[in-house]
Amino acid sequence: MSDRILMQGNDAIARGLVAAGCAVAASYPGTPASEILSSIDFWRKKCGAAMHVEWAVNEKVAFEIAYTAAISGLRAAVSMKQVGLNVASDPFLSAAYLGVTGGFLVVSADDPGPHSSQTEQDSRLLAVMAKVPVLDPASPAQAMALAGTGFDLSEAFGIPVMLRPTTRICHASQDVDAAPFLPPVREVRFTKDPARWAATPVYRRVLHDRLAEKVAAIAVWPATAPIRVNPEVSTVKAVVASGVAFAHARELFVEMAISDRIALYQVIQPYPLHSAFIDHLLETYAEILVLEEPAPVIEMQIADRHRVRGRMTGAVPGTGELLPEIIERLLSRFAGLPVPGGAFPAPGGGRRPTLCPGCAHRSSFYAIRKAAPAGIYPSDIGCYTLGINLGAVDTVLCMGAAVSQAAGFDYAHRLSGKQVDIVATIGDSTFYHSGIPPLIDAVVQGARFVLVILDNGTTAMTGNQPTPGTGIGAGGETTAAVDMEGLVRACGVRFCRTANPDRLTEFVALLKEALAHARERGVAVVIARQPCAMVALGAGGKEPGAIVITTECTGCRHCVDRFECPALVFDEGANRVRIDEMTCTGCGVCVHVCPLDAIRRESAGGERP
Amino acid sequence: MNAGVGKSPGMRQQIVLSGFGGQGILFLSRLLAEAAIARGLPVLTSETHGMAQRGGVVVSHLKVGGFDSPLVRTGRADLLLVLKEENVALHRGFLADGGTLVVNAPVPTDAGPRVRVHAVDADALALSAEMPHAVNLVLLGFAIARVGGGTAGGFFCAAGEIREALSRRQGAGGPRLAASLSALDLGIAHGT
Repeated sequence: MSDRILMQGNDAIARGLVAAGCAVAASYPGTPASEILSSIDFWRKKCGAAMHVEWAVNEKVAFEIAYTAAISGLRAAVSMKQVGLNVASDPFLSAAYLGVTGGFLVVSADDPGPHSSQTEQDSRLLAVMAKVPVLDPASPAQAMALAGTGFDLSEAFGIPVMLRPTTRICHASQDVDAAPFLPPVREVRFTKDPARWAATPVYRRVLHDRLAEKVAAIAVWPATAPIRVNPEVSTVKAVVASGVAFAHARELFVEMAISDRIALYQVIQPYPLHSAFIDHLLETYAEILVLEEPAPVIEMQIADRHRVRGRMTGAVPGTGELLPEIIERLLSRFAGLPVPGGAFPAPGGGRRPTLCPGCAHRSSFYAIRKAAPAGIYPSDIGCYTLGINLGAVDTVLCMGAAVSQAAGFDYAHRLSGKQVDIVATIGDSTFYHSGIPPLIDAVVQGARFVLVILDNGTTAMTGNQPTPGTGIGAGGETTAAVDMEGLVRACGVRFCRTANPDRLTEFVALLKEALAHARERGVAVVIARQPCAMVALGAGGKEPGAIVITTECTGCRHCVDRFECPALVFDEGANRVRIDEMTCTGCGVCVHVCPLDAIRRESAGGERP
Repeated sequence: MNAGVGKSPGMRQQIVLSGFGGQGILFLSRLLAEAAIARGLPVLTSETHGMAQRGGVVVSHLKVGGFDSPLVRTGRADLLLVLKEENVALHRGFLADGGTLVVNAPVPTDAGPRVRVHAVDADALALSAEMPHAVNLVLLGFAIARVGGGTAGGFFCAAGEIREALSRRQGAGGPRLAASLSALDLGIAHGT
């Protein structure tokens, strides 16, 4: 039996952070970074360290909480997905100027592809903008090690450090030797220095000079210098790679037997790229191929239009994930070998994701289309984005935008003398994250729309993390809970009603009432409250009585098209619908959807198909 | 890539697991990865998370032996395990020439020439045994019994090592483990 254990990349990052004495960790969930914080809590309990670990209301708050610990002498970390860093970009850029006294790691996970994100943006570019050093791991094991290196780098220069994994690191798993836990040595110590911690613009200029000096010094720091994989080889061609693109390239170098003719380097710190390394590359090689994801951050620092090839020159595709099949072609061409032909499967395709069987969001969307059939439906980020399958989601921009876009649609139509019914949807976690300021704005401006808060009591899409409304902390501890209705009313909303969307008939009537209010008196809020079906299933709750289809089914497809429950399967041969017993949760909402009353609970006298 | 199965450190195997969100693909790939580690073999996996887990297409890559990249390239997989038959068309391309497809389907799916296909109706088996959520273990049990485990051309490990990995994961003696083992055994019985 081996001592090595299987760790997911996110798990390994968490282990690395806790092992290196991280005292404060905060996060807002987002794929592919979600598992980091729950894993930090796991390792904290394992080693018995005193830590503050929290799911913050959003990434900006998470950043500021962790950062403040790091200006008080403690080691701290904040983790998020790349678009979460957009939300935290305000403190991120400012914190680079002010610096830290304890180690501070900003873990921002990118999603080339993108697999589960709005954009393919590169967090490293935001680090370049902020003048913050970035570390780019190529495996879960290296991610674990770089968590410790990152803290050392941060403390050596008094600067925030970004650890930037990508989806293929976060969600890879590997056998690793777990980093040993270091005994915590730091005591909290905030030293007042208003000229620094509350710097005015005049002193910010001085801080900017110091930041530039730090970046120049970090560009010669030995611990994060690039690694030459095959130092014995003398050649005029070099491949410079970072992150998982390096892992793909390294494996291909062996498989293609090109290690004897092309130099291979791994860049661990893409920014600032080590200055001596840039000189070495330009002095030694006639051709340099750069492989990195998703933006040309390394490439732009060694930009020599005659010798450097990469995403900027078009030698490497400018967008999308660098799959190993693509790297194989690039390396073949670069090595002067025959380029493999044939197609490889494009990512995506196959059955589209859909709301889970028994999910109450499905009921909400069905009711919204019933109540406002000609409406505009702004929506937001979460499982309920899948309401697009039900024709009940028209826009998805970013966290919280459902509320401001609903208002924006009203103002735009009002200018043309038109009034449309607007029904926006937002999840409870997203509402707390960024839905409150736009709701205040809408009330003040007199916007006319209905906001349906889909309150399933959890952050479902990312793995059921708690929300501020649940009264549960990151480690399962009891916390205070926010009263959603009170919060909505405090924003100035005069119509705020709560109901269970699975009671379809009543819910449609409530939505119509809310629409009538919105048309005359401004924004109305309906809270659709029903626990997440995944949570309910975990608690063992399956409704009694199987759902059956009676012989009255004519195959009209209304239920499969408009309700789209995975448990309702259209049998093309028999031209009727059947229930998939493997997936049906027995919630019974579909009973109210069939126009012919052909879906029933078995106890109500149906027959087994 | 079936370069000699056994405990030799040079042993390398690439497996792709395909299905829909909610079927337990992730669980299977972690189980196999832990069985590899117990053998002293290095292992890398790549998992699907996020929105696809809501009933969409989910695929796991598993590379046992000395690899750097977590992804299996087109035409390189020794084994392809498919929990939803309609995914065969989508992921058939991962299989190497001479590779083996094991699919959850009533009759073997046509996967073209140079591929061995084994089929089992794991849905029906799991449902008849009142274990609808253990289709994944039924298919794995069938696959390892039919293809062979710990022998040339088969899985890198034997069925007994999967049982041990399950016990380590789910705690010996518990009702959950008993249910998992009986699902695995159901598959093994149909694959033998």
